[in-house]
Amino acid sequence: MTRENRLIGRLLGPAGPELSCERCFEELDRYVQLELSGADADAAIPGLRAHLQGCSACAEDHESLRALLSEQGS
Amino acid sequence: MDSESQRWIERLRPGNRDRDAAIAELRELLLRAARFEVRRRCDRLSQIRGGDQEDLAQQSAGDAMVAILGKLDDFRGQSKFTTWAYKFALYEAAATIRKRAWQGRELPLEAEQWPQVPDPGPAPHGEVEMNDLLAAIREEIETSLTPRQRQVLVALALNEVPIDVLAERLDTTRGALYKVLHDARKRLRAALAERGMILDEQMEVSE
Repeated sequence: MTRENRLIGRLLGPAGPELSCERCFEELDRYVQLELSGADADAAIPGLRAHLQGCSACAEDHESLRALLSEQGS
Repeated sequence: MDSESQRWIERLRPGNRDRDAAIAELRELLLRAARFEVRRRCDRLSQIRGGDQEDLAQQSAGDAMVAILGKLDDFRGQSKFTTWAYKFALYEAAATIRKRAWQGRELPLEAEQWPQVPDPGPAPHGEVEMNDLLAAIREEIETSLTPRQRQVLVALALNEVPIDVLAERLDTTRGALYKVLHDARKRLRAALAERGMILDEQMEVSE
């Protein structure tokens, strides 16, 4: 993806409905545990994936929690 | 709720005879998570040195502990208690580091960084050309958004100021700023649709 594509993505955000930052934080632990267990986290918590595409700070929190749990083998 | 998580919650309740030990154990967990996050992020930030990194981890773990003890009733057992607790430490550490990285820097709030895009040639039928789309977005930012929406969108999306850094400078919250960003994006999309611009999937995904 080019630099311009990424810029347009940041300017326009995700197309579909998305959770707020607060709801994303509330659900993040459940979402990551579902992901790591192989369950369909996006079906269980609609709108969270879209929020991660639109909010770089929440996306970083998601990436970090996944990495920490993966490192611990949880 | 699983039995281990239930036990954490009971031991952390005020009045429990095991509370001090539970708090000490939780502090170790939070510190481990905060150090993990600080180490990951500081690999990319040369200005935060070793001693500072440990201070940041300790501070983040302490802030996470305060948040967790104030929110025990919010834990619904939909994940393990330790996973729930870790997210507070990671959140605090990440926000603290972003703020530290921008400490003393002037925030770029004006649109000064629009890229110059070389003409890629004609787009497939029905798709919007990159240059046209960027030009339209730029115009709509100036004409369709409120001053607050423009300021927030330009700072966050164009100039990539971290959201918690901007929230602190504007004396608001991350959630409130994201709501402004969301509304601005929605308005921009509506304005582009009014122009008859069909957005290509490739242009919509930010990651």
